Amino acid sequence: MERLPKWADVVLVPLISLLLAAVIAAVVIVAIGQDPWEAITVMVQGSVMNSYGWGYTLYYATSFMFTGLAVTVAFHASLFNIGGEGQAQLGGLGVALCCLMIPWPHWSLALIGATVAAAAFGAAWAAVPAYLQARRGSHIVITTIMFNYIAAAFLIFMLVDVLRPDGQMDPATANFPETVALPTLNEIPVVNLLFTSKVPANITLFIALGMAVVVWALLWRTRLGYAIRAFGKSEAAAKYAGISPFGIIMVAMLISGGLAGMMAINNVMGEAGRLLQNSASGAGFIGIAVALMGRNHPVGVVLAALLFGFLFQGGAELGLWTKIPIEMRIVVQGLVILFTGALDMMVRMLLTWVFNLLRGGRAARGAV
Amino acid sequence: MAHAGYAIELKGISKAFGPVQANKDIHIAVPKGTIHGIIGENGAGKSTLMSILYGFYRADSGEIFINGKLTTIPDSQSAIRAGIGMVFQHFKLVQNFTVLENVVLGAEEGALLAGSLSKARKVLSDLSREYELDVDPDAVIEDLSVGHQQRVEILKALYRQADILILDEPTGVLTPAEADHLFRILKGLRDQGKTVVLITHKLREIMETTDNVSVMRRGTMVGTVKTSETSPEELAELMVGRKVLLEVEKTPAMAGKTVLKVEDLRVRDEHGVERLKGVSFEIRAGEILGIAGVAGNGQSELLEALGGIARATGRVELNGVELPLSGKGADGQSRRAAGIAHVPEDRQALGLIMDFTAWENVAFGYHNAPEYQKNGLFMDNDALRADTERKMERFDVRPPIPTLAAKSFSGGNQQKIVVAREIERNPDLLLVGQPTRGVDIGAIEFIHKQIVALRDQGKAILLVSVELDEIRSLSDRIAVMFDGRIMGFRDPETTDERELGLLMAGMTGKGEAA
Repeated sequence: MERLPKWADVVLVPLISLLLAAVIAAVVIVAIGQDPWEAITVMVQGSVMNSYGWGYTLYYATSFMFTGLAVTVAFHASLFNIGGEGQAQLGGLGVALCCLMIPWPHWSLALIGATVAAAAFGAAWAAVPAYLQARRGSHIVITTIMFNYIAAAFLIFMLVDVLRPDGQMDPATANFPETVALPTLNEIPVVNLLFTSKVPANITLFIALGMAVVVWALLWRTRLGYAIRAFGKSEAAAKYAGISPFGIIMVAMLISGGLAGMMAINNVMGEAGRLLQNSASGAGFIGIAVALMGRNHPVGVVLAALLFGFLFQGGAELGLWTKIPIEMRIVVQGLVILFTGALDMMVRMLLTWVFNLLRGGRAARGAV
Repeated sequence: MAHAGYAIELKGISKAFGPVQANKDIHIAVPKGTIHGIIGENGAGKSTLMSILYGFYRADSGEIFINGKLTTIPDSQSAIRAGIGMVFQHFKLVQNFTVLENVVLGAEEGALLAGSLSKARKVLSDLSREYELDVDPDAVIEDLSVGHQQRVEILKALYRQADILILDEPTGVLTPAEADHLFRILKGLRDQGKTVVLITHKLREIMETTDNVSVMRRGTMVGTVKTSETSPEELAELMVGRKVLLEVEKTPAMAGKTVLKVEDLRVRDEHGVERLKGVSFEIRAGEILGIAGVAGNGQSELLEALGGIARATGRVELNGVELPLSGKGADGQSRRAAGIAHVPEDRQALGLIMDFTAWENVAFGYHNAPEYQKNGLFMDNDALRADTERKMERFDVRPPIPTLAAKSFSGGNQQKIVVAREIERNPDLLLVGQPTRGVDIGAIEFIHKQIVALRDQGKAILLVSVELDEIRSLSDRIAVMFDGRIMGFRDPETTDERELGLLMAGMTGKGEAA
């Protein structure tokens, strides 16, 4: 089987997958008696046609960038970190403790502190499955999933019994002080020329983009990244080269968990201003799809995160403005994940076949 | 016009993969009832040609005649129907099925298995008698030796009534005795009127076994000759396109002080089975110690223990300094720092990351080396690429493109990348496992020269190879391993293949079992 040219593999395959997902989604919408053209119009209108929609799209995308990068780093070490959800929730706990217990004089200092706390809590939550994998061979997929449940239960305990202020009804922490509120895009000079009304997307977006650069440099420009990728390709070869499997598994998972945890500065500190139950709201899982679709490359992850941000925001708009139930967005997300992740090979094989056909035709003409 | 006396006749077969012309206007005619050898270097297009014949690829142009009849072979089912059977280099057997089940697999008749199995049992016992293909039909594959597994593959083809049997590099994994047995089987098949196509790069097998031989070079068929009318030298020249030295040129060793001292080295595998059972030897500076033996008798474990990959017990001294054999300091990085370079037996599984580029692979194992760093934080990829270009030029790696993935190079060129990386570190001790496995003749000559040159610089070399010829021509001393022990040391000048063969089979000089 001959291979695809690189541009087709990177650009064409995801595009066709998306198109297929959109077609099936349209069929579903028709099947429930609604107009798919109306649906796509509402989704596009509500998410990318005005600065308000962008404000939400970018807010969601920011979270997905962190969790997508988290999955990416682990993936390059051949570790499938499904635990982004739990790690992000623990990151939220770190952010909440940091914001509530330390009297920060200015949001910028609080941001640094909260970032460190979020990363540390997320990394700590990833450390246990990592250790179990590295020393005991317990499969990381199983343990990280289990740790998602433990995280959820632990967070409920913390929110109900420990952090909930007296007299408050809902399981959440107190509101963070005003001083630690992060500037949203409409409050940042220059950017506020584009974003005039209040939006949830905040300065964390730039941290996420920065982390994409850091992850790229880490993986492809440092010794550690080299060792991670080598280990991910072949554990036996890594041992030959003297790369410690234990060390790589631990370090890769700590970085991964740290990135997932950092997501909390976006949603907990940047948006909610307090820690709520189920704060990660599925972003940890979407990170898996984002990494898959982004081909485990930071550039791809950023682009895929934007796409999923659009789906998230557009899906919410559907629920608001059409008779299509909001659950439709879960269907659309599911289809996108199905086509870009699970059925990726199918599209690639079809495309390879088409390319070979074209190439064969050209070769035959050239031979005459 | 096709000739009915030919089992296979290919006319003008061409096949291109993108810009690479794997087969170019190939003509070949294989007479019925003969053993026909096809030789050529790696990448000469032998496997592509056979894959076309077996329906894995479709030729871009050309015609295939089977028994004089124009045949199209779009898939392997059609190849089987045309009477073609194929024995691959890597067996395609279900490990936890019995021989019988494997033979029947894919050729079951009816809804119930019992009928097919009892029919197969009868056919199998007939075939076994006829061709010396004795295999216990109820044995589970994973319990069988490699040689027996290969016989199962042949039985599978015969059970499907193959008249034409194609074998791809069949002796790569066999002991000399097993190989001899295989050739007896093949000759038996020929005498019964079957046609055998033998693909190999080993000239000796061609000379001993075949009736005719076709030589391929760079996608073209350079010629077909009667085996009885040619010589290994002529074939080698046809394969490579220039005169080739089949013997290694080297002067007597000028051995100096002891570099490596190994005492009672023992290794257990992950199941707790002792694989290396107390091995002791020394290697001096400027000396090549060759370890002969059938694969799987502890040689791999010896290399892994010395290379810091496997945990071991015992005592190992390098230049008088004891090396840790487990725990801290018993890893590849520490060994490299101590001055041990290691060309591993399996370059694709250990020595290279196949998806990495050539320049990334040049850093493999040496990614912490100071000359590959900059600014204290990053790897100096430019320096690495420049270094790779230099190494590629010095070791004649083709194509000399540092950004190409390791998997895109031929076996010989992959090995040159590994050898270049390890030798250029100027180690005190070089561990070399199977340096020329799957490597073409031209590259073998080059790699052998490099190893001898390193020896002549006064370095110690431990050479492990299952190729007895290689051991005999390169080594200054030979140690023979059997069942995790060294059976004895021999001088390559005074010993012969028979004596080494007996030691490899576990017999000491007096003939009793060890």
